[in-house]
Amino acid sequence: MADTFKSYPPKGRALAVTNLALLQSLPLAFVPFLLKDLIAFDWNFPVEQLELTNQFTYLTGLWEQQRTREMQPFATLKLTEKIENLDWVNQPAQFLEQLSAHLWATQQMDGFRDASESYVRKFNIWQPTVKQPAPRLGIAVFGEGVDQTQYKLFRKLRNQGVYFSQVNPKNGIDAIHQTLTTRAAAYSTPYAHWCVDGASITASLPGLTCVSYNSLTPVRTKLAAIMLKAYGSTKFDPEQLRTTLAAITPETVEMKDSGDGALDRFQVTLLTEGSGTQIYSTTFVQWAAREALRRAQPLTLYTRYAPRQKERTMDELLNGAGEKTVPDPAGSLIDADMGAYYTWINLERLEGADSARFLVWFEGHNEALAISPALKAGTESKTPIDMPTLLGNLA
Amino acid sequence: MAASSSKKVVVVTFGGGARDDETFHPEGQDNIPHMLGELAPRSTFFTQVINKGILGHYVATASLATGVYETFNNFAAVSPANPTVFEYFRKDLKRPSTDAWVIAPSNGFNRIGESENKAYGKGLGAGVILPKRLLAAALANGAGADFNHLLQDNYESQAFSPVIGGNDVELKQLADLFKVSVSDFIAHAKSLASPDELSVYIAKQLMKRLAPSLLWITLHDIDVAHSGAFSLYLEGIKRSDRLCAELWKAIQSEPEYAGKTTLFILPDFGRDSDISSGGNGFQHHRTGDATSRTTWLMALGPGIRENHVVDRPVESIDLVPTVGSMLGFTPSLSHGRPLLEVL
Repeated sequence: MADTFKSYPPKGRALAVTNLALLQSLPLAFVPFLLKDLIAFDWNFPVEQLELTNQFTYLTGLWEQQRTREMQPFATLKLTEKIENLDWVNQPAQFLEQLSAHLWATQQMDGFRDASESYVRKFNIWQPTVKQPAPRLGIAVFGEGVDQTQYKLFRKLRNQGVYFSQVNPKNGIDAIHQTLTTRAAAYSTPYAHWCVDGASITASLPGLTCVSYNSLTPVRTKLAAIMLKAYGSTKFDPEQLRTTLAAITPETVEMKDSGDGALDRFQVTLLTEGSGTQIYSTTFVQWAAREALRRAQPLTLYTRYAPRQKERTMDELLNGAGEKTVPDPAGSLIDADMGAYYTWINLERLEGADSARFLVWFEGHNEALAISPALKAGTESKTPIDMPTLLGNLA
Repeated sequence: MAASSSKKVVVVTFGGGARDDETFHPEGQDNIPHMLGELAPRSTFFTQVINKGILGHYVATASLATGVYETFNNFAAVSPANPTVFEYFRKDLKRPSTDAWVIAPSNGFNRIGESENKAYGKGLGAGVILPKRLLAAALANGAGADFNHLLQDNYESQAFSPVIGGNDVELKQLADLFKVSVSDFIAHAKSLASPDELSVYIAKQLMKRLAPSLLWITLHDIDVAHSGAFSLYLEGIKRSDRLCAELWKAIQSEPEYAGKTTLFILPDFGRDSDISSGGNGFQHHRTGDATSRTTWLMALGPGIRENHVVDRPVESIDLVPTVGSMLGFTPSLSHGRPLLEVL
């Protein structure tokens, strides 16, 4: 029976075999979601592994009638023979792509979404709470290359926190780095503290899991070649390209082995599953932050945006070797302002949302916004403040 | 309103969904000064237009054009299964092929003009102009490579689709229709900043030269949102806003259109909500949540009540029967209902 899962990595295969009877009892419109996580299990982050294991415990623990009832909305979805005959065991991600297209075409997507949300809600209520050792902290920094702006910054966050208009920017980045490394040392857990940078990370940040746009340039170049080849085919097929991209691994794109398979795979998926992450550093930072929060559920997340390149057409971008890149600092500022808002939303989705802290700073300038249960939301402070004090308010 | 053969209809859709957040909601109104200040006060405005179909731009635009939620693969090169508004119009009213035109953004839209329906279909549809394809063909004739900014085809797939080449027939068609040389066409294109500007330029030429009674323009710049760059998405909205106002001005200034043309403007659908956990906010339209399914529509022209807001929910497929009632044809297979507030 283990042969059924021979394409799965060892830990994922073992978990699948242990739960084989359960998997066989689940409807086809549901089970590939578990298989998609199982087939990547060995490279998933610890929190993801725990959650998947918990899902098996949850589903196994339901009485048969309960489980049948919970799965009913998935079981009643009408699939086609073609979809049912797909290799959903070995290619769950591709199966889910096809399933999604079918559900849209047959107007079953709304019912499916409702069923999924209901399942996740009930599972989350059941799932044991893991107490965080400290409140979560998110920090977003942006604005490099912009001297002044007419754009009203932090516009979507102002009603959540305090707008500081007299921040002393001196040594601001150093103070942030100090806060990050102090937290990483105090609460040392794998993948609990992250740094995502839209350019390069030059500082030493011990204890942090670091991802940067520039460090992935060789991978992006390899991906561009794969995409160009797909474009160049006589019959370009976006779905086939998605399948191709989904199958890409760090080895496929000759990514240097960092010794951390989970992180290497995570970084590749940022480029293969993200849209626009391959070409715009601002999109990369926002998407990386979203995925880090969703998958690793860190205690600390620091994002720093850099100017992305000016808009060019996709084929220009993919063929851009040797062409001078023109930055767009003003546009990047607006992108990052929205990106920071999305990071806050994603932070709020995690356990401990009520106690989460968030700081967003217009780098090198006097404007910042801080969110904390201890700060009065929707207010403004015109009192001069330096970055260490501001960060201290979020401790 | 009684149907009349002299009436004309121009439909502008945004083939990149736009959210209310960045358009008519208070925080988005800075992005649409023309629609808000010039067009909306002259319009009957529907605040809740629901799209219950597939939220992909080609299939959704096809659904708008047929009045039926089409179910084909968004990225497939297929014609709609149901008759289009152009076929009803031409068959019922016995109109020539020059009287119904579509100007569409990307090559994927090249079959939107006529359906596969056997009672309608071949020979009864609209002429379809793909401006980017024309330009690509012109460039292939040795015009240089300074125009790539106008040629991006499709923002919707994860990795964008390539531009397919144009052909001589289309270039010749362009020259014949507009009495414009290829070199003049290229020279004008040089001055344009985006594909949508090219589309509107062609629309104006079409209005001037052929004055079609039914003209459908799908703008697409907004869909750059799929790249995740919020600022570019806002620029797309601002450009669409300006271009809609330009079209309205053109309608008012062209003798063939002034005083007898109804203009409909609507995004094909919205985009995902910021708070839908399955999405990534404005970037995509994949969740099917209420924000992604709900948009707005404005109608303006002679006989249409000005500065009037309709809050009842309507559907995007209601457009075709509305146009049918206005122009005097019967879209018998459409599933939509006429918007009585503008008839």
